[in-house]
Amino acid sequence: MAYSDKVIEHFEHSRNVGTLDKNDPNVGTGLVGAPACGDVMRLQLKISDDGVIQDAKFKTFGCGSAIASSSLVTEWVKGKSMDDAMKITNKDIALELSLPPVKIHCSVLAEDAIKAAIEDFRAKRAARNGGSAETTPAATREA
Amino acid sequence: MKLPIYMDYHATTPMDPRVLEAMKPYFVEDFGNAASRNHAFGWKAEAAVEKARKQIASLLGCSDKEIVFTSGATESNNLAIKGVVEFYKDKGDHLITLTTEHKAVLDTCKRLERQREERIDELKIQRLMELTGQDVNAEDLATLEIKHSLDTDALLKRWIDKVRVGARVTYLSPKQDGLIDLDQLRAAITDKTILVSVMLANNEIGVVQPVNEIGAICREKGVLFHTDAVQGVGKVPFNVDTAKADLVSLSAHKMYGPKGVGALYVRRKPRVRIREQIDGGGHERGMRSGTLNVSGIVGFGAAAELAQHEMASEAVRVSALRDRLWKGVAAKLDYLTVNGSQTARLPGNLNVSFAFAEGEGLMMAIKDVAVSSGSACTSASLEPSYVLRALGVEEEMAHSSIRFGLGRFTTEEEVDYVIELMVRAVTKLRDMSPLYEMAKEGIDLKSVSWKAH
Repeated sequence: MAYSDKVIEHFEHSRNVGTLDKNDPNVGTGLVGAPACGDVMRLQLKISDDGVIQDAKFKTFGCGSAIASSSLVTEWVKGKSMDDAMKITNKDIALELSLPPVKIHCSVLAEDAIKAAIEDFRAKRAARNGGSAETTPAATREA
Repeated sequence: MKLPIYMDYHATTPMDPRVLEAMKPYFVEDFGNAASRNHAFGWKAEAAVEKARKQIASLLGCSDKEIVFTSGATESNNLAIKGVVEFYKDKGDHLITLTTEHKAVLDTCKRLERQREERIDELKIQRLMELTGQDVNAEDLATLEIKHSLDTDALLKRWIDKVRVGARVTYLSPKQDGLIDLDQLRAAITDKTILVSVMLANNEIGVVQPVNEIGAICREKGVLFHTDAVQGVGKVPFNVDTAKADLVSLSAHKMYGPKGVGALYVRRKPRVRIREQIDGGGHERGMRSGTLNVSGIVGFGAAAELAQHEMASEAVRVSALRDRLWKGVAAKLDYLTVNGSQTARLPGNLNVSFAFAEGEGLMMAIKDVAVSSGSACTSASLEPSYVLRALGVEEEMAHSSIRFGLGRFTTEEEVDYVIELMVRAVTKLRDMSPLYEMAKEGIDLKSVSWKAH
């Protein structure tokens, strides 16, 4: 199976690889996928108090298409409002990267990662405002 | 050094130029049909085929009369297993194999199981029609079977005992090192067992099975022994008599010969019979009809002769390169696991899991090197390697595995280049792996409740 030029570009020159401080109240972390399935994506978004995504970082364990999908969404979400970022679908990602059918799940994972990161941020904010609401990170460590 | 570098010798091998030279006359000049008995064209082709048969027989330590040419090892495996099941159907219907066999063996076994089950279903329907006095359809079988307690029906049981289609199969799990448990094998043999099929060497992890011991057990129990020897013959010592093998599958393109030609060794003393699977002109003593692929067979013969002469020195050279590759990556990277036995192993095989880096991503990062991965992403099924899973390798480690296959034309320069590239690729992918970061932070990845997808 040949990779599209865009997948190769994002794989070889991945954008925004890295880690944000997960304890920062303005950082939402989405951790989706599972090692047993062969892909795990962690997307972190730094979101301003007025709901604009200021920064995005990712780390991904997975194939070239999974890494390219993560890299692409970090570029896409920056500067977007949370609501606009939530509108990014796996179809947009798959289309942009010309993913073959067998790789569609990589784009699904990237869409899920955006949603999980924003949910995490919203839960954090609710906890801060409401006080008692529990945070619901995408993947939690069991006690 | 030329790029890309080929390190996937288990998938196929480049043809040795000396093999090509041997084949050349048999396309345009000496094009005859080996079955043409009445003119010079045919005689020349036949002589070339018979020479190749002797060369292959010499490599296996058998008589040339015991070699049946086929289109490749997939056909040889099909012919051996289905051929035995059909011929010995009155003797028994039970087969034993390993879960780590090649699909050409496993899927052949599965078809035989299905054939038997389908025949039994037909008998059940017939019996239900008798019992109910009505027409019974396949869809109704499951419910009616329970309603009429077919599992205790004595007549049906007698009918099933007479079924002579297909087979029952026991799939043995290998030990953690990929090798067969001989005690388990011994225990699995019943009075209905007709054939044991265990490969000489595994195509993914390169482990070499104790075929001599397996053969001895089979001979003692009066069971036939088939071995898919595709990956092992010409690489490690193998002799049909030492192994007491009754049927042996071979392929030319795994030993520097051409694609599209293989062979099945069929023992003559004591005589082993198989039912032919392709009907036609009765070539190959009736066991495999079809005009012989003369040029391919000539190449196969030449490849076998080269393998026989060069195996000993080649094994030393190739295993030294393989060890150099392993030491090279292991010196610079942590969290590595070699999959499969480190001792009973093909000289040119190295199968390593690079934890926290995914196999297909790795292959993309070393795109100038041709290797294989047990990662799901490289297969159509999205399941990681069934061979690694059978060894008890965790799914995530199977996803992180790379199979290096070294061979006759691999050079030290190539190995050194691959070491450097591999270290760079693994480091890069780990730096962008959330799992590596978590592991470094001391988080037990098993304690994380992952969001399945």
